[in-house]
Amino acid sequence: MVTVTTASPVTADPDVEEDLTPDEVTLTDTPWVTVVWNDPVNLMSYVTYVFQKYFGYSKKKAEKLMLEVHEDGRSVVSNGSREEMERDVQAMHEYGLWATLSKSE
Amino acid sequence: MAGFVRHRRSKRIIATFSGFEADLLRSLAAQLVELLRNEAAIPTESTDPLAELFADFSGPTTLPEDPVLARLFPNAYREDGEAAAEFRRFTESSLRDGKARAAGAIIDGLEEAGLPSEPTDEELTIDVELDLEAAEVWMRALTDLRLALGTRLEVEEGDEDYWYSLPDDDPRGQAHHIYEWLGYLQETLIQALGG
Repeated sequence: MVTVTTASPVTADPDVEEDLTPDEVTLTDTPWVTVVWNDPVNLMSYVTYVFQKYFGYSKKKAEKLMLEVHEDGRSVVSNGSREEMERDVQAMHEYGLWATLSKSE
Repeated sequence: MAGFVRHRRSKRIIATFSGFEADLLRSLAAQLVELLRNEAAIPTESTDPLAELFADFSGPTTLPEDPVLARLFPNAYREDGEAAAEFRRFTESSLRDGKARAAGAIIDGLEEAGLPSEPTDEELTIDVELDLEAAEVWMRALTDLRLALGTRLEVEEGDEDYWYSLPDDDPRGQAHHIYEWLGYLQETLIQALGG
């Protein structure tokens, strides 16, 4: 519940004014993401292998992402510039994974 | 058969196929190459004469009609048709070439290992020996073969009971058996690669 105060500040708090919201920071730094989607064919071991091999992720991280794909139907596997994400998507298609890119939410 | 194993001393990845298995694998790879090469990659119904003129210099822009090709070359953008078309124009042709080359490497590998064009000797065995690079190529090609067969069969997650319930002489059941065999090969290959 929101509390309404009667006192409205004459000058804005400089700290608040200077701060970027986290969303703005994210959008500036990494505006695009590569998403890998679940499919009924690719083996869990294969998807994990591809994430390790192509992205250089640890086995633990690769398995976590693979399980997200498997259980949630999709997982964000990388982020960066639009050009970088197009490269990643192309590489995923080379490996036979179903991948798309989109603007970071 | 035992699938792929990594030879401890030479570090090479090896598998022994029966003549029948090797011939089957070659036939599947050849069918995939044919699909990748024959199904028109460039749309012909273009209405723009200038676009037609330049068609040879660019790639296709629309999702392939064949479901297997649509699965191998999905749209890279889900909600932006124009961006998806542009991405496809610049990537699909080279992706097709890469996949056809990988499937071709399976055919060449089997034939270099001694698979004749028409194997008749029932005792024939084919020993395949791959370095790491070649093993990766085989792994990608096996993936594409599984995707092709799985898409044709309309395989779904957790549908094993349906496939096992089919009578032995059902051609779809037999094709699914081959699909599972490819999965087994793939799994052993990933293990041999240390995955």
